[in-house]
Amino acid sequence: MSKEALIRVENLTMAYGDFVVMRDLNFDVKQGEVMVIMGGSGCGKSTLLRHLIGLQEPAKGEIYYGDTNYTQSDPDRRQKINRRFGVTFQQGALWSSMTLEENVAFTLEEYTNLPPEEIQSLVRSKLSLVGLRGFEQYYPAEISGGMRKRAGLARAIALDPDILFFDEPSAGLDPLSSKRLDQLIMELRDSLGATIVIVTHELESIFDISDRAIFLDTSVRTITAIGHPKAMLKDPPNENVYRFLSRDATKPA
Amino acid sequence: MPVVDQNPKARLESNGSVFRLVLSGDWVLQSGAPSFHELNWDPLQGKKGVGILEINGRDLGRWDTTLLPMLLAAHNFCEEHEVSLNLEGLPEGIRRLFNLATAVPVKTDATHAEDEPGFFRQIGNWAMNFRQGADDWFEFIGRLFLGFMRLARGKAQVRMRDFALVVESTGAMAFPIVSLISFLVGLIITFLGIVVLIRFNAEYYVSYLVGYGMLREMGALMTGIILAGRTGAAFAAQIGSMKVNEELDALRASGVDPVEFLVIPRVLALVLMMPLLVIYSMVVGIISGMAIANVMQNMAPEIFVKGLLEAVTLSDLMLGLIKSVVFGILIAMSGCLRGLQSGNDANAVGVATTQAVVTSITLIVAFNALIDWIAAIYNV
Repeated sequence: MSKEALIRVENLTMAYGDFVVMRDLNFDVKQGEVMVIMGGSGCGKSTLLRHLIGLQEPAKGEIYYGDTNYTQSDPDRRQKINRRFGVTFQQGALWSSMTLEENVAFTLEEYTNLPPEEIQSLVRSKLSLVGLRGFEQYYPAEISGGMRKRAGLARAIALDPDILFFDEPSAGLDPLSSKRLDQLIMELRDSLGATIVIVTHELESIFDISDRAIFLDTSVRTITAIGHPKAMLKDPPNENVYRFLSRDATKPA
Repeated sequence: MPVVDQNPKARLESNGSVFRLVLSGDWVLQSGAPSFHELNWDPLQGKKGVGILEINGRDLGRWDTTLLPMLLAAHNFCEEHEVSLNLEGLPEGIRRLFNLATAVPVKTDATHAEDEPGFFRQIGNWAMNFRQGADDWFEFIGRLFLGFMRLARGKAQVRMRDFALVVESTGAMAFPIVSLISFLVGLIITFLGIVVLIRFNAEYYVSYLVGYGMLREMGALMTGIILAGRTGAAFAAQIGSMKVNEELDALRASGVDPVEFLVIPRVLALVLMMPLLVIYSMVVGIISGMAIANVMQNMAPEIFVKGLLEAVTLSDLMLGLIKSVVFGILIAMSGCLRGLQSGNDANAVGVATTQAVVTSITLIVAFNALIDWIAAIYNV
C-alpha cells in the first residue's frame, strides 16, 4: 500500500489519571485501509478508539487527520473533522428518545439540505443494508441487542463517511449476522472507498477483513506488532501475538 | 442441595520431612468444611527447601469447589515456605480445577484498597472538590452562553421538536400537582393569617397576607420546588442515562455538542413554562384563600378582593414573575449539569438525580433571598 496516511498517531500515551493504559503508540492508517486494533480484553482497545474520535484527551502525543493536528484543534475544527466519521459503539448507543428512522436520519438532517423524502429513502436504504427494513418506527428499547448494534451501524454510515470506526462490531451477534457484518464492512470499503478502523478480538474477522492490524500488548503497555495478521501468525514478532492469534491459552496471559 | 453423609475432615500426618494432609468425608457446600488454618502447620514451616506436602484424598467422599480454598491455601503456604506440593493423591477432576485456579497469577498491583484519608486530607479533598464543582459550573455556564449566542445567530443545533416535548412534559403535565400544592398553600396562609389576625380584630387584612404571600413569595417558591423535584430530577435522569448508554458519546462523535443540543431546549422550555405555572399557582392560591376566608369567617369574596386590590400592586406580580424565570433557569441548569456529570452506572444516575434536586432547591432558596434583598433595597 503506497497510499498516504489518513490517520497518524504519534507517541500517544493514554491514561486515566495516574494509571497509564498504553504508552508511546505510533502507527498510521492509510486511505482505504481496513485497520484492526486487536488485543486482549481490557487492554485499552476501546480507549484508543475513543482517543481517535476525540472522546478522550491524550495524556501525551498527537493524532493527525491528513495534515491537521486533531489533538491541538479547537472544538469547532474538531466537530468539522468528526462529521467525516461514522462511529459504532459496543452497545449500539442509539438515541433512545428517537425511532430507528430518526436515529439514522439525524445526521442527514443536521448536516445536509436534502428534502425530507430523499432523507427518508436514504434512511430506508441504510436500514435495508443492515437487514432492518420494516423496523423504522421502532424505538431502540423495543428491539434486541443485536438489532441495536446493526441499527447503530446504519446510523454510522448515514452520511457515507470517509472514515468508519467500529467498536467490537460483531460482539454479541450470531455467527450469520456477524459474517454479514464483515461482508458489509468490506463492501463499504470497496464501494465507498471508506477507511475503516475496527476494534475487535474476533479472530475470524481479524483474518478475514483486515489489511493490517496492530496488537496492543498489556504486559508491556504498548504496540508490539503491526502488519497483516496472517503474516504475523506465520512469522510471529513475539510470543504474545502468536498466542493471541493461535488461541493458545496454555500459558497465563 | 446435596445431603452430607460424612462430615468433611482434614488431618495432618508427618513422617520426617514428608507431611501428609489427609482429606476425608464429603467436601460439599453447606457441610462446613474445616479451614486450612485450623491445622497446626508449625512443624512444616521449619522444613524450608526440603519439606514435601502430599495431599491424600483416598477417603474423600463427594466434593465440589468447597475443596478448592483448602488446596489454594496449601498452595500459597507451600510457595511462601518453599515446600513442594504433591497433589497426585487427589481425584483428577479437582486437580484440573486447581490448575485452572492457579493458571493466572494473582495481580498484585490491582489492589483497590484506599487508605482512609485523615482529617486534614478530608478537608483538602473537600476544598478541591468544591473548587472542581465551581469550575464545572463556570464552564457549563460559559458553554451554555456560547450555545445561546449560536442560537441567536441561527447556527445552534437545537431541535424544536425536543423543545415542544419538554414544554409538554414540564408544563401541561405539571398542572395537577401545581394546582394541589397551590391550593393547600393558599389555605395554610389564610388559616394562619386568620388565627393570628383575629386577636387584633384585623381579620380583614388576611387578603393582604394571601396577596403578598402568593405573589411575592409562595407562588414562585412552591412552583420552583415542585419543578425541581419533578422536572429537574427528570432532566438529570434522562441525561444521566443517556451518558450510561453512550448516547452522549454518540452525539459528540457525530459532531454535536450535547450541551447545546440537550440543554438549550430544556432551559428555554422552563423559562417559558415557569412564569405561566407561577401565574396559575398565584391565582389558585388566592382563590383558595378567598374560599377559606369565606368558610372560616363568612368573609364575602367582594370584601376579600377589595382588600387584595388595596394591598398588591403590579410590582408585586412582577417580582414573582422575575423569580419564576430565574428559578426556571436554575432548575433546568442544575438538572442538566448533574445529568452531564453523572457517572457511568445505574447507581450514578440515582446520585445525579438526587444532586440535581438538592442543588436546584438550594439555589432556589438562596436566589429567592437574594432577589428579596435586592427588592428591599429598591423598595419594590
